[in-house]
Amino acid sequence: MNIVKLAYKQLATRPLHTILNVLLLALGIATITLLMLFNAQLQDKLLNSSKGIDLVVGAKGSPLQLILSSVYHADIPNGNIPLKEADQIAKHRLVAKAIPMALGDNLMGFRIVGTTHDYVGLYGGEIAEGQLWKVSMEAVLGANVAKKSGLKVGQNFAGSHGLAGNGGHEHDDNQYHVVGILKPTGTVLDDVVLTEMQSVWDLHESETTTNPVFAQPSKPATAAKPANDDDDEEEGKPRDITALLISYKTPLAVLALPRHINANTNMLAASPAMEAARLLSIVGFGLDAFRAFAAILIISAGLSVFVALYTALKERRFDLAVMRMLGSSRFRLFTAVLLEGLLLAVASAALGLAIGHGVVELAGRTGMTPGLALTGRYWVPQEALLALLAVGVGAFAALIPAIQAYRTEIATVLSER
Amino acid sequence: MFALKQLRHRYGGGAEISFPDWVLDAGGHALLVGPSGSGKTTLLSIVGGMLQPTSGQAIVAGQDLRQLSAGALDRFRGQTIGLVPQKLHLIASLTVAENLQLAQYLAHLPKNPQRIHEVLTRLGVAELAQRRPHQLSGGQSQRVAIARAVVNKPKLLLADEPTANLDDDAATAVIDLLEREAGEVGASLLIASHDGRVKSRIGHSFALQRQQAEETA
Repeated sequence: MNIVKLAYKQLATRPLHTILNVLLLALGIATITLLMLFNAQLQDKLLNSSKGIDLVVGAKGSPLQLILSSVYHADIPNGNIPLKEADQIAKHRLVAKAIPMALGDNLMGFRIVGTTHDYVGLYGGEIAEGQLWKVSMEAVLGANVAKKSGLKVGQNFAGSHGLAGNGGHEHDDNQYHVVGILKPTGTVLDDVVLTEMQSVWDLHESETTTNPVFAQPSKPATAAKPANDDDDEEEGKPRDITALLISYKTPLAVLALPRHINANTNMLAASPAMEAARLLSIVGFGLDAFRAFAAILIISAGLSVFVALYTALKERRFDLAVMRMLGSSRFRLFTAVLLEGLLLAVASAALGLAIGHGVVELAGRTGMTPGLALTGRYWVPQEALLALLAVGVGAFAALIPAIQAYRTEIATVLSER
Repeated sequence: MFALKQLRHRYGGGAEISFPDWVLDAGGHALLVGPSGSGKTTLLSIVGGMLQPTSGQAIVAGQDLRQLSAGALDRFRGQTIGLVPQKLHLIASLTVAENLQLAQYLAHLPKNPQRIHEVLTRLGVAELAQRRPHQLSGGQSQRVAIARAVVNKPKLLLADEPTANLDDDAATAVIDLLEREAGEVGASLLIASHDGRVKSRIGHSFALQRQQAEETA
């Protein structure tokens, strides 16, 4: 018998109250855990996926949409830009590296990205199997795409139009050939199919499309003159790309380049960092409401623990007096009651964190958040603070009952009739 | 075992109770009698180190209780005094054996399961060791309360109205048990009672009178 065991026994005699209080507090903790994990993983994903990209150049329209579509592959593109104009930007003296990308079709909702091998390097991607693409219509699958589609190196697939998944127009006659699969990186690279830009151009060459993504001003077949610097360009046909991912040569470019592009060209330049911050602040608004809800849960849990301990103490005043009679000091009674609150809190914190992580893991597994691969095996340092908060709530709720216990007068209580 | 000198106690605002200067020898058994309200329980509480008298001196087991610090008094109470309260107050969330373990623990005595088993066996309730108090009959509860009072081998065993609400046979049995167990651990025994049946069993008795409004100083 010791004081911890005693506190546990006292809680165990009132299972209904105890379970209710643990659940209440645990739910509050779980809600906050959920928010923290979601927020942290969202930020991670946003930051990882835009790492190394200082600026995105695309068609005029919404900057957020441009970033969402060309960096996160979570939206349809604003439109296309002429390859020639993009090339001029790529050669700008403030630009260290520029990766072109042509977006078009999807495989089961995973975007097919026509780009250069630099795009793989941008995310530190490595080949897990096979090799990188070399010619048009060769494709390399991101890790998630390979897993979900079940496609293996050597197999063929047809893309569907746009970013819609099923139901779109399928290019049945032009099949992609899988030549490689990438290792998981935890970035958007896992969720895309990579190919030569030429593939995208080849596929959409002769097509008239109803998809708004491609419903751009029809390319006049004869208007442009052949450009010397572009080998891919067939005679008389100006090529379009969707976006250009740019890294700066010098920090000074932050000031100059976006202004130059937005003012002097017909293209739009947007910063992934700024747009991601804007997006997070929009989402954060909703998260705040959740946080307030969680705070209410925790406060009511604290009150409930207080009421439970306080009323239990009224019934147990004889127990406390008897304990004093048996030689217990006042301080020991104080500790015993405080311990009950602490035990409740520790159990709640453990349960709450477990629920929080479990729900996040479940959400990740059931694919409730497409494009954001959530996992419950992810810890943020603030969770320790959260556990501490729970313990604080438990201790605070138990404080007044513990003081009552401290004040127990043996003789008066024991002689009560 | 105890000696009282000019002991007085007054509950906040109430009338003052004054106690005669009584002495009980070590190992002696005595009865504390008197009508309700005469201060029997108050005296038990003072002698048991649970209540500080307003004035006067109580020396128990050679120790002047006023000289003890709060912590030392707690320890003294746990190790020297065994009390069987009128309402037994077994702790409901603990089993019979755990109630006795708690008594050892709170008195800062080492764990001693053999002693617990021995005491429960002597009182004929060993087979109830794993039961909870609400699963015991009144008589069984009383035996467990006596076991709890003697498990730490106190020097002074106190019992408050142990025969109240008991029939003749049961009352006799309880007094037997208390005398036997006090003798077994070599404790002095003080039983507070207004029960005439007890008087015939224990020769030595202290009689309290109904307290009148006290004369001034």
